[in-house]
Amino acid sequence: MLTKKCLAWFVLFTVLAINPTSASATPLDEAITLLKSKSFGDKSQAVNLLAEQADESAKTLLNTWLEARLYYIKNDKRLVIADKQDSSYVMVDALSHEALGTIKKRKLKKITLNNQLRGQIRAALAVMDLRSPEREKRLAAVEQMLDRPSPEYAALLSPLLAEESDRPVQEAMCAVIALGQLSSEDKTLHMAAVETLNNSIHPVVRNRLQTLQQQTNDPVLAARLKQVLQNMDSKLQFYGFLENLFFGLSLGSVLVLAAIGLAITFGVMGVINMAHGELIMLGAYTTYVIQLLMPNSIGASVLLAIPVAFIVSGLVGIAIERGVIRFLYGRPLETLLATFGISLILQQAVRSIFSPLNRSVETPTWMSGSWEINAALSLTYNRLYIIIFCLLVFAMLFMILKKTLLGLQVRAVSQNRNMARAMGVRSEWVDAMTFGLGSGIAGVAGVALSQLTNVGPNLGQAYIIDSFMVVVFGGVGNLWGTLVSGMSLGIANKFLEPWSGAVLAKILVLVFIILFIQKWPRGLFPQKGRAAET
Amino acid sequence: MSILKSKFKTLVLSVAAIIALSTSSLTQAADTIKVGILHSLSGTMAISETTLKDTMLMLIEKQNEKGGLLGKQLEAVVVDPASNWPLFAEKARELLSKHKVAAIFGNWTSVSRKSVLPVVEELNGLLFYPVQYEGEESSKNVFYTGAAPNQQAIPAVDYLMNDIGAKRWVLAGTDYVYPRTTNKILEAYLKSKGVPEKDIMINYTPFGHSDWQSIVSDIKKFGSTGVKTAVVSTINGDANVPFYKELGNQGISAEDIPVVAFSVGEEELSGIDTKPLVGHLAAWNYFMSVDAPANDEFIEAWQTFIESEERVSNDPMEAHYIGFNMWVKAVEKAGTTNSDAVQAAIIGVSVPNLTGGYSSMMPNHHITKPVLIGEIQDDGQFEVVWQTSNLVAGDAWSDFLPGSKDIIADWRAPLSCGNYNVKTAKCSRQNYE
Repeated sequence: MLTKKCLAWFVLFTVLAINPTSASATPLDEAITLLKSKSFGDKSQAVNLLAEQADESAKTLLNTWLEARLYYIKNDKRLVIADKQDSSYVMVDALSHEALGTIKKRKLKKITLNNQLRGQIRAALAVMDLRSPEREKRLAAVEQMLDRPSPEYAALLSPLLAEESDRPVQEAMCAVIALGQLSSEDKTLHMAAVETLNNSIHPVVRNRLQTLQQQTNDPVLAARLKQVLQNMDSKLQFYGFLENLFFGLSLGSVLVLAAIGLAITFGVMGVINMAHGELIMLGAYTTYVIQLLMPNSIGASVLLAIPVAFIVSGLVGIAIERGVIRFLYGRPLETLLATFGISLILQQAVRSIFSPLNRSVETPTWMSGSWEINAALSLTYNRLYIIIFCLLVFAMLFMILKKTLLGLQVRAVSQNRNMARAMGVRSEWVDAMTFGLGSGIAGVAGVALSQLTNVGPNLGQAYIIDSFMVVVFGGVGNLWGTLVSGMSLGIANKFLEPWSGAVLAKILVLVFIILFIQKWPRGLFPQKGRAAET
Repeated sequence: MSILKSKFKTLVLSVAAIIALSTSSLTQAADTIKVGILHSLSGTMAISETTLKDTMLMLIEKQNEKGGLLGKQLEAVVVDPASNWPLFAEKARELLSKHKVAAIFGNWTSVSRKSVLPVVEELNGLLFYPVQYEGEESSKNVFYTGAAPNQQAIPAVDYLMNDIGAKRWVLAGTDYVYPRTTNKILEAYLKSKGVPEKDIMINYTPFGHSDWQSIVSDIKKFGSTGVKTAVVSTINGDANVPFYKELGNQGISAEDIPVVAFSVGEEELSGIDTKPLVGHLAAWNYFMSVDAPANDEFIEAWQTFIESEERVSNDPMEAHYIGFNMWVKAVEKAGTTNSDAVQAAIIGVSVPNLTGGYSSMMPNHHITKPVLIGEIQDDGQFEVVWQTSNLVAGDAWSDFLPGSKDIIADWRAPLSCGNYNVKTAKCSRQNYE
């Protein structure tokens, strides 16, 4: 307690020396009063005061404020940090960190923020973090300065550069300082700064160099700048191409995931299953239910949802096959209508059980954000994982069909049902299992889609047409065809999109497929041999 | 793709409509006033419209508790147009000719309103339309209680331009009539403010678009020129969720490139994890977080009616609240539910809104409203960061489009016209585009 008082006095004196007008209260007190004001102008002043303070309590205040955990109690105006627990809030005092028990939300008032304040607080925290002992914090602070440059940063960083031992932090600091030198009056510094920034592809650097190119009247510098910028642009173009390729692969992997179950039920068994989309939807809802059951471990719940969704959708698939489809083999039109009816029943069932509103499925932290390779190229984690996941599912399905007894029987029945039965294969059982396998895979696709799109009763409808498209384009009955066609459609779509817009890109892809099917009706990888004729 | 899909969708929807239970009541009580509710309870729009149906049921129940209207009880007639635009027209006809409703409260999308318009005009019904829309319309039989572009889009752009300092603009929307017209107006407005063509990027996506990678990456590149960039989003419905998710994943924060949305409200946010959206903006005439006694009362009544403390209120609900109360007051003033009498009585009627002020019906069948800009918070609510100092009157015909600059709407006698050209002094009788 004593030390705290001492500190407070010390702070008071130091600030009084700078700012003699605020004699009545310490800057911290003043900042706290300003915080609670309704006006964003007052709050901005409070941030400035806290930034000048630059001690631990100022830092905690700014941090908790940024995290939206800072409140004050309505009746005694005490500043607290509160966290939601069940239906009430657990409070600690914002300064002394003394536990204050729980309170109803209605009695608290949040210290609100807007975007300008968020930027201001982040900048203030970055300055404080520059001397942090952790290198990650220092790096983040310097990178924050690079993203939102300000002329005073160069002077701030110059003395720190000599003390810095970590290479990446040093490099980032050099970049910020060089950026500052570019704007300086001293023209001799410009050339050296351009050389320092030579290899950077950061957009801020590029913009700065571009403006310098327009302003400068030194021909040597202008020539060098032109060279540097050209070099930079060719790099950016290359990374842009890589990024587009990644987008295409990720769209393709979504298409493959959605279609691969259909490649089994439609491709191998020849059943036109219009309820395929709804089986995907069931998988997505399974993820939602599992998250409801284990709200505290989101990451694990998504992983657990994969086998559970496989079982749920698989069982529903088997029920559909045993209950409806088996009576309709060889009558594609009736199958189409019956499964369409089933899809409506499933949609309405979900609507009645879960409400017509979309359900929110949380994304685990390891699936959000992106992997920043450099300033021009970053790959989003959720897409990255889904590409990997898609390939895994494909490989597993492939192994099942090629290496297991079930796979052997499935292939035997699809090639020649009578012969397979003569050899003692229970063809009905194989039918049910095959349909269950295809449906289960649809459920697994639903888990992946729940991370990308809305989980609602209409989820399936959005994918059914795409799925049929992929299977038909790839060649009915061929898993490799599905993989290749899904990926190539995805990539084609993404390379067309920047040039034609999203709406036209989809139309162009469809027109292409229609033309392709006219010429090669059996798709990319037609089945060969006697099986193809039956 | 989209042709096939829409065909398929219509098929699905019409089958769904046949299956869906029509809750219309068959009992013919003589001494009730019937109120038609025309909101989709199935299909894509069910997400947004079901809530409005419940809001209307609550308002009618409250009015009946207060003793009804003109000494009679109100009776709700609910029909389900199943997000199928032509079916909206059929259902409207059913409400007016078969059920003889005194007024219809309904519609969400502009296409559905355009489909209903000829029917209500032919049968001289009353339609209260509660959603923000693109303007360029004023019908004798329709009352627009949602925002016109000058009550939502234009003030939002003003805020971004003057308070945030945005100089480069991305106009992103879903590909249909509301975003296209709104963006046309905004583009003309921005150009009139001296924004060059190269600083405006316009992008349209299909309904329910879910793969936003390329578009978000384009926005990121467009916004990395060192000049403050803002996105004005007219993206509709649930396509917003993957859009914001992608923004978050690609590391675009509201401090770098703020997104102001005209179709994202509390209801839309209640289905998603709002952490990556914190700081993005929405422009509405009402937010659930508004501190006003009328609002507290409304929220409490709503949550009691729907039996859930989790349910939120939003702007179109407030529009129905205002529209319903205006209709009640106009009927009381006219002493009858006769359509022509109510049309004459309702102009100038003023009722409390939920933000602590009063809204009145203007002669062009639009209402006065305050405009609020809110930032999304991590609890799915909005924090008001800016609001107009006065009420803004809805302008049916935008001042920024060359075709509609000189046109006004005034349904009072003797003008009685929804499309009066002040230059040529002619009423074209074409009340909508």
